Amino acid sequence: MDKSRNLPRRTAFAMAAALAGSLILTACGSGASDTVGVSLILKTLSNPYFVSMQSDAQKAATAQKVNLTVAAGKTDGDTQTQITAIDNAISRGDQGILITTNGDAVNTELQKARKAGIFVIALDTVPTPPSTVDVTYATDNEQAGKLIGQYAATKLNGAKAVIAMLDLFNNQVVSVDTSRDHGFLEGMGIDPGNKTQNGQEAKAGRYTGGKGGDYTIACHQPTTGAIPGGKTAMENCLSANGDINVVYTINEPAADGALQALKAANKKNVLVLTIDGSCKYVNGLVKSGDIAADSAQYPGKMASVGVQAIAALARGGKKPALPAGRNFIDTGTALVTANPLPGVTSQTPADAAKACWGS
Amino acid sequence: MAVEEILRPRPTIGRQVHGVLHRMPALSPLVILVVACVVFTVANPRFVRPENLSILLQQAAVVGSLAVGQTLVILTAGIDLSVGAIMVMATLVMGKLATSGTPSALAFGIGFVLAVFAALVNGLLVTRIKLPPFIVTLGTLSIFTAITLIYAHGQTMSLPSGTFLTWTGATISFGRFELTIGVIMMLLLYAGFAYALRQTAWGRHLYATGDDPEAARLAGVRTGRVLLSAYVVAGAVFGIAAWILVGRINGADPNAGLNANLESITAVVIGGTSLFGGRGAVVGSLIGALIVQVFENGLALMRIDPNYQVLAVGVLVIAAVAADQWIRRVKT
Repeated sequence: MDKSRNLPRRTAFAMAAALAGSLILTACGSGASDTVGVSLILKTLSNPYFVSMQSDAQKAATAQKVNLTVAAGKTDGDTQTQITAIDNAISRGDQGILITTNGDAVNTELQKARKAGIFVIALDTVPTPPSTVDVTYATDNEQAGKLIGQYAATKLNGAKAVIAMLDLFNNQVVSVDTSRDHGFLEGMGIDPGNKTQNGQEAKAGRYTGGKGGDYTIACHQPTTGAIPGGKTAMENCLSANGDINVVYTINEPAADGALQALKAANKKNVLVLTIDGSCKYVNGLVKSGDIAADSAQYPGKMASVGVQAIAALARGGKKPALPAGRNFIDTGTALVTANPLPGVTSQTPADAAKACWGS
Repeated sequence: MAVEEILRPRPTIGRQVHGVLHRMPALSPLVILVVACVVFTVANPRFVRPENLSILLQQAAVVGSLAVGQTLVILTAGIDLSVGAIMVMATLVMGKLATSGTPSALAFGIGFVLAVFAALVNGLLVTRIKLPPFIVTLGTLSIFTAITLIYAHGQTMSLPSGTFLTWTGATISFGRFELTIGVIMMLLLYAGFAYALRQTAWGRHLYATGDDPEAARLAGVRTGRVLLSAYVVAGAVFGIAAWILVGRINGADPNAGLNANLESITAVVIGGTSLFGGRGAVVGSLIGALIVQVFENGLALMRIDPNYQVLAVGVLVIAAVAADQWIRRVKT
């Protein structure tokens, strides 16, 4: 007989005691306090973009004497963990929720939170419909896409564009994915062909941005917003069409991977465009010109402004108001490039580095 | 099964096919791989260009290496859900140490040891505390992922090419066909383990333990040690996989291995290794990993919605397990 199958009684007792102890501790930890409680619910913590939201929110919370609780999805698109975090915020009696949603699946829960009297602010992306939340602080992802699209069209100077589109997903629709993709196409002067889906534009035709010219779309590939995904996607695009000269990428890690694939294939003079504006890439691949243009965003600003708004509201202040004709409060975006073009407003990497995020 | 059914002789062709497959479980996935390659070549001749075939191997190198370790664990009738997490944890430790001035080779060494240690933890929980491997690795998957994110703050690291750590990304050209050091390492891993599993006492013991641990124990195999060794050796393989990944992306990305856990299991299953333990060949896992990559790449070249690739892989997994059940049905 194998004796080790039966846990020794002492071990079992110790385990039970530990379990009971931890339960008592959690029960004691939830004491009420008169400070303002805010829940920050992020997409993931595996992306410095959201990590910088966390650190700036923390700073703002300390300054405003706010109790901040942070939660995050395990992966991009993980709505279940976010729903649980919203429930926890309701149970805790928080006054506000700041959320970068992983998808529309959290909407019902957010409505529940608002019914419970919690002020809900979306960060980074406007939920569908926008009325799901009280207010949104976001970057205009479509505008960010437009800026790099316009840059690319101007830079082409009438030449034929063979375009690779390196998106985020192909198996779920996420607004940041479609807004950036469509914004880029609009900036190039190409009709996206559909409001809510990627890859519905005409596969060949004329682009009207810059001097205008012919274009073909070589591919739409998912990258999951990570370096390996970007590299694999670019490799597959190059296998399908070796003449690619314009590469749109959903974010900087995807651009990083794409550049590595281009380098391995000895492709030069390819315009790689992206959106993010992190210190690492602004001071790196953007500064060196490998990334032709990058639309910078300011995630930390969204989070800290959100914390301040809830703190003000909880202490008797006014609700933040939306600007006329917009469904979110824009925290800004700016085109960063090492090679400025006449007629295109842009910042140098050195200027952008003053307001970049991450370390 | 009725008695007369057992007594009735099987049709000879069926029995022959059955016998061949029983001896060589990697054969049916090989047929699928060849057919898929032919179909994709007809659909788009670019598929068979040497540049594209080079890329295919490079894309398969990381999951292919992980699948070697995963095969060892699955042969013992276990499963490791934490392989991707172990690998990514090792890559970030390697990357962070190297970017903060640690010599490249030492950074690799520390990351490698960490991968072995992580796998040792899995192995000890399975063999000493007698917890089911599925549960153990489900838990450590979360633990290792969390450690990685806490350690790296979600940051990606970039490393210069040409260092010891990124050497696995260096290429050797044969005309238009290119192999990276990483691909060669993966192939060497397969060759080494194909030999070790077939020709050494350790390999035989691993099969015996996976097939029937009680019988193996009675035959004098120290099954606990064999089990533990499978996890630890797999950990060493994951350390090598981490090195290959660092070379492929010249850096480390905490989001790199999100799907690698299941992708490695998929490769092993499609490759004809049985989840019930004790049957299968490590080379099958290479074919399995290549099939998945060929579908992704081939469909991308055909401009077909990549969701169909996911669909195809799902069908292949079911078909592979069904085939395994059929092959197992009668011991020839």
